[in-house]
Amino acid sequence: MKKTGAQILIESVRMEGVDTIFCYPGGATLYITDALYDASDIKQIVVRHEQGAVHASDGYARASGKVGVSLVTSGPGATNTVTGIATAYMDSIPLVIFSCQVNTMLIGNDAFQEADIIGITRPCTKHSYLVRDANDLARIIKEAFYIAKSGRPGPVLVDIPKDVTANMGEFKYPDKVSIRSYKPTYIGHAGQIKKAIKLIASSKRPVLYTGGGIISSGASAELIKFAEKLSIPVTNTLMGLGGFPGNNPLFLGMLGMHGTYAANMAITESDVVIAVGSRFDDRATGKVDEFAAHAKIIHIDIDPTSISKNIKVDIPIVGDSRHVLKKMLEFIEEEKEGLKDYPAAISEWTQRTKKWQKEYPLTYIKDGTLKPQYVIEKVFELTKGKAIIATEVGQNQMWTAQFFKFLKPRSILTSGGLGTMGYGFPASIGAQVAFPDKLVIDMAGDGSIQMNIQELATAVQYNLPVKVVILNNRYLGMVKQWQELFYEKRYNWTQMDHAPDFVKLAEAYGAVGYRIEKEDEVEAVLKEAFRNGRPTLIDVRINQDECVYPMVPAGAPLSEMLLV
Amino acid sequence: MRHTISILVENEFGVLSRIAGLFSGRGFNIESLCVAETLDPTISTMTIVTNGNDAILEQILKQLNKLINVIKVTDFQDLNYVSREMVLVKVHADEKTREELLRMTEIFRGKIIDVSMKTYTIMITGDEEKLKAFLNLIRPLGIKELVRTGPIAMIRGDKTIKASEKHSKGGEDGKNVL
Repeated sequence: MKKTGAQILIESVRMEGVDTIFCYPGGATLYITDALYDASDIKQIVVRHEQGAVHASDGYARASGKVGVSLVTSGPGATNTVTGIATAYMDSIPLVIFSCQVNTMLIGNDAFQEADIIGITRPCTKHSYLVRDANDLARIIKEAFYIAKSGRPGPVLVDIPKDVTANMGEFKYPDKVSIRSYKPTYIGHAGQIKKAIKLIASSKRPVLYTGGGIISSGASAELIKFAEKLSIPVTNTLMGLGGFPGNNPLFLGMLGMHGTYAANMAITESDVVIAVGSRFDDRATGKVDEFAAHAKIIHIDIDPTSISKNIKVDIPIVGDSRHVLKKMLEFIEEEKEGLKDYPAAISEWTQRTKKWQKEYPLTYIKDGTLKPQYVIEKVFELTKGKAIIATEVGQNQMWTAQFFKFLKPRSILTSGGLGTMGYGFPASIGAQVAFPDKLVIDMAGDGSIQMNIQELATAVQYNLPVKVVILNNRYLGMVKQWQELFYEKRYNWTQMDHAPDFVKLAEAYGAVGYRIEKEDEVEAVLKEAFRNGRPTLIDVRINQDECVYPMVPAGAPLSEMLLV
Repeated sequence: MRHTISILVENEFGVLSRIAGLFSGRGFNIESLCVAETLDPTISTMTIVTNGNDAILEQILKQLNKLINVIKVTDFQDLNYVSREMVLVKVHADEKTREELLRMTEIFRGKIIDVSMKTYTIMITGDEEKLKAFLNLIRPLGIKELVRTGPIAMIRGDKTIKASEKHSKGGEDGKNVL
């Protein structure tokens, strides 16, 4: 059947089960914008800045596990998406970004609102398409969604010239995708998996080091089973939080630069590291030469390029985390006899990790001033850990990762790889769209929140009752912490004395604003905020001098931590 | 270490920039690059010669494999292979040197493909050593211009590089490099 390109686009995303598009209009989107006028089954969330659209679709994707979709205009509309796309690319989040483009005949002519967005985003997309014929559109959209969500997920950009959206083309949505040059490996190599089990069986000091791959492959249940069966302690990367319950006795907490003492020591002293869906990022490893220096390393990852990239791996297994963990559980069942006494055999080790946890827990000095960690503990307590928590980037992010006990996968939305300030608020808007009845909270800083504050209008317009808890220390706190520790307290650029009055700002946008200045106000205000049913900013005036500890200084090994 | 890499890619626009971007993004130089259609017109072969340490090169090979449009990556490093390159060279040719140039071209089984009052344009094909030897011999006669194709390569014997499926089976570490 013949349809216009705009209609083909709408029919195609419908076939993909898309129920929400985060969008911003412009000259080049007009045919699509017009065609969507009649598509009442597709929620169209119009943001206030295109970066917000991509972050919102990213938050939607992380919270729901579905592909996030955004649609923007050509030129500046497209270039504004770049930070959002790079954020999703670094964290392997499945997105499809539709950018409109100037007419085919004008491409390359420096036309009004023209940008080579395919070229600009080439290094930060999993793949991209320039659509030159309306007849290709359905196939390309099918492929784009498939590529975004399969293998190691990532953002795919589809650039559509305006004339293609107006032209007639044949619409027949393909049933399946076959790309001969793209066949991700899901099933791990059985021989390698057996070797890994043998190595684990012979180890005395094992530790599981798991990341975002657990979340994206849905392997949380298998991970819990695996760890509990052999009684192996677990540490998570920032991206892996929620993949293993934060209240499980085997959980050591996050590792790395701001990881727990127990997690960092367990890695340092281990004799085998089982890395699952994690990529040995420098914030997690510290000085690479001394990372798990006495350990053999098993690395399970769907992306072959992650293997032996930063750390030499002894037993690589390319495959989907869930598939491989399932297979490992089967082999454990087969080797039942040999592994029966394993938990007992490593009990000396597990006692040691428990001792580290007990001796050096995450803590902070309670001196009567308003501490950010206290606020986060209260948020956890009041929500019973059931909220979806977004973070911005900086101290707010690390305190949240440390003090909120993430119990379930997809309960934390945070820019781990790129470290994008301004990510959390639009991401929490996206998550709220996906789950209108859940409590969605953005743990923000006074610096980060100002990077996408304009989306307050979006939250109010669509009545998305996101709660933003601003841990306001009147500093760009993380950079200031480095200045304090390593740059002789020369606080250049990091003082944020000139911030808006966040309560009045919230009110100006039609949202609700609160201010908390003392510890004893925290509980009552949070309680009220969580049940007011409206978009809310809470300005929490925390102690200005608080730092994030433990801290492994840049370039130091994990065992060298600055403690509270 | 010098590597000759062959990459089978979808014959589509935009593929070259993705591949070149992988090299430039890591500060890797492409010494030569040769692209053309294969027996199957939907597939092109790129033959790239590059230089760099093995760890980074392994990353690049994996990253190349990861590109959606790349069908197969072959590093000729550990293979028994033949490679040939073509050079066009415009040489100063006067009455004194014409004879000598003609003889040299014959010895190297080249061809003179264009003649002017003052120059010969000579075409030579061969492996790198042969081209180097020829160019060294004629250099004293006055080379005015030189264009090379960069090498193309093929495995010796019966073996061929086929565009079979990539990542189809669970590889040990998914190197999937022939």
